[in-house]
Amino acid sequence: MRIALFATCLADTMFPAAAKATVLLLERLGHEVVFPAEQTCCGQMHINTGYQKDALPLVRRHVRTFEPYDVIVAPSGSCVGSVRHQHAMVAGADAGLAARATSVASRTFELSELLIDVLGVEDVGAYFPHRVTYHPTCHSLRVLRVGDKPLRLLRNVRGLDLVELPDAEQCCGFGGTFSVKNADTSTAMLADKMRHVLDTGADVCTAGDASCLMHIGGGLSRLRTGVRTVHLAEILASTEAS
Amino acid sequence: MTFLGMPARAPRGVGHLRGDESFPVAARKALANSQLRRNLQHATTTIRGKSGRVIAELPDWQELRSAGSALKAYTMARLPELLEQLEENVTAAGGVVHWAADANEANRIVTDLVRQTGERRVIKVKSMATQEIGLNEALEAAGITPVETDLAELIVQLGNDKPSHILVPAIHRNRSEIREIFLKAMPDVDPGLTDDPPVLAAAARRYLRETFLSTKVAVSGANFAIAETGTLAVVESEGNGRMCLTLPETLITVMGIEKLVPKWSDLEVFLQLLPRASTGERMNPYTSMWTGVTPGDGPQAFHLVLLDNGRTAVLADEVGRQALHCIRCSACLNVCPVYERTGGHAYGSVYPGPIGAVLSPQLTGVADNPSLPYASSLCGACFDACPVKIDIPSILVHLRNQAPHPRTEAAVMAAAAYTMDRPKLYASAQRAAKLARIAGRRGRGLPPPLNGWSASRDLPSPPKETFRDWWRSR
Repeated sequence: MRIALFATCLADTMFPAAAKATVLLLERLGHEVVFPAEQTCCGQMHINTGYQKDALPLVRRHVRTFEPYDVIVAPSGSCVGSVRHQHAMVAGADAGLAARATSVASRTFELSELLIDVLGVEDVGAYFPHRVTYHPTCHSLRVLRVGDKPLRLLRNVRGLDLVELPDAEQCCGFGGTFSVKNADTSTAMLADKMRHVLDTGADVCTAGDASCLMHIGGGLSRLRTGVRTVHLAEILASTEAS
Repeated sequence: MTFLGMPARAPRGVGHLRGDESFPVAARKALANSQLRRNLQHATTTIRGKSGRVIAELPDWQELRSAGSALKAYTMARLPELLEQLEENVTAAGGVVHWAADANEANRIVTDLVRQTGERRVIKVKSMATQEIGLNEALEAAGITPVETDLAELIVQLGNDKPSHILVPAIHRNRSEIREIFLKAMPDVDPGLTDDPPVLAAAARRYLRETFLSTKVAVSGANFAIAETGTLAVVESEGNGRMCLTLPETLITVMGIEKLVPKWSDLEVFLQLLPRASTGERMNPYTSMWTGVTPGDGPQAFHLVLLDNGRTAVLADEVGRQALHCIRCSACLNVCPVYERTGGHAYGSVYPGPIGAVLSPQLTGVADNPSLPYASSLCGACFDACPVKIDIPSILVHLRNQAPHPRTEAAVMAAAAYTMDRPKLYASAQRAAKLARIAGRRGRGLPPPLNGWSASRDLPSPPKETFRDWWRSR
């Protein structure tokens, strides 16, 4: 299958490993991945901070960039959530754009959705010999409703010791600009999330969103816990050879 | 209505919808109070568990939520005619209906009604609407003593405190704090009072019984008003509300205009949703309903004050109007990770938590409550918990788009959007960001406003190359 990668601005700029892993994983599974170079950002930060007018050109760009493709994947529940639930709203009065945005959204998948719902694989042949706990990010869980798809993929990874995260469904406290505008509350939420991660004894905390992992990982690093954050795509892309 | 025909917002200088401080500033103080954090964490976790268990017993919970949502949407679409129908039926049953455009008008109406009875004291049923308009302060200013009879509201009143939760106004207090408040402020309290909950409840009971039997005027709110019959309904757990609704000679009910339901049979849906979502009970313990005046039984004078106070303005907003569907169950507060850590006072309004973050700014106008729509990580737990399916995250995003923006932030956002709409400029900005990061220390000491991030979190080390550089070089 020919799959267009929406890398997301955060992974492109700060966490290229997550986007690279998505490419390598899908190619290993026998698919062709293309990266439309005109892509930048879905506009979620603008939309969620109250700048829909500024987000409009970004939505227009995103729609224009991805509408030639039948299947689009992003290694982020949050960005796919924005494409699916916000782009048509931002298009607003521009009914033509709203319809095109809805069409692109219907072909855009978060990585675990693509693997299980579209490609029909639960065992991607990965090998990752570590004790891992999974944090279900809020937008994967409550906007996209990915359910246990990421866990099903992780359970099939060779060598991986999956440990359950207590109070997993509670937000880590990132929330985009929330983490800056309400830094103290965000940090209080993060403190509880980190305590739960440490309680599992895992050496890796994984999730489907680089943004939440940047937040959790930033806290774990500051406290010198030694626990790493690794994007789900990177675990699934790992093999015994790598 | 104002002269331009735009519906008025809740006026300033009266009531409790605006805080003295922005949410982040108030939250910082609350977060530093570790006793408060422990009380809240314990209480919200307990209620969440209890509610979750009884909701799981109902196979048709999702259908009930949809029914509740549809009934409220129907009501809002026909609010003017349904309110007139309610007025007609309440009047026909011997009640008197008053229309209050805002808090000042409602306070004046209630104060005048109490004055006309010649009484100097009123007993109160727990009510959000009267807290919203600051009725107690208005009564006190007129020389009338309001006595809260809901146990938690009494704790708040005796402690000279403010409610911090819609359903459990004293959720921020634990039992030893309550004992201290009673010892200090409750008339004729036993000095040997312990902090055993039944002992505390008995002390409140002794004090309140005396008050119930000797007070001739009561003020209540209403959970529901039924347009087709003119019936009012109050749901509560203690029975103290029923004392107020049945013993006095005069009953004055203050009700937000959105509390309406069209038909008697609609209660079938809401009386299943409300107790399970709020207190985690299968059935509400005390459900009191009354229709006007029944000769020889209960209050012989009944007044209904219909309160707007910004609600018509909320109704005019296509996205925001869902907030008027709220049945005040507090489920969204109990699941909110922000509320659980900051408590209710940080929101500066009688409506705290997620519903408060969308309701208070709409009642006052967003410019008067600009920080509340941002008091959420948009995690969406509130939407899932809401028994009438209010899409709180979408309303938050909608209100953020209306909020006044700090000038610097707006400039940064515009510049970011400009850059992100130009892939070549964007790629060079990525490289510049990388160089800036290499020059600085790893993840520490970012300049304001980003220092909020670096106070507790490291930033990741910049990658050697961006994804698009890697892709091009493959």
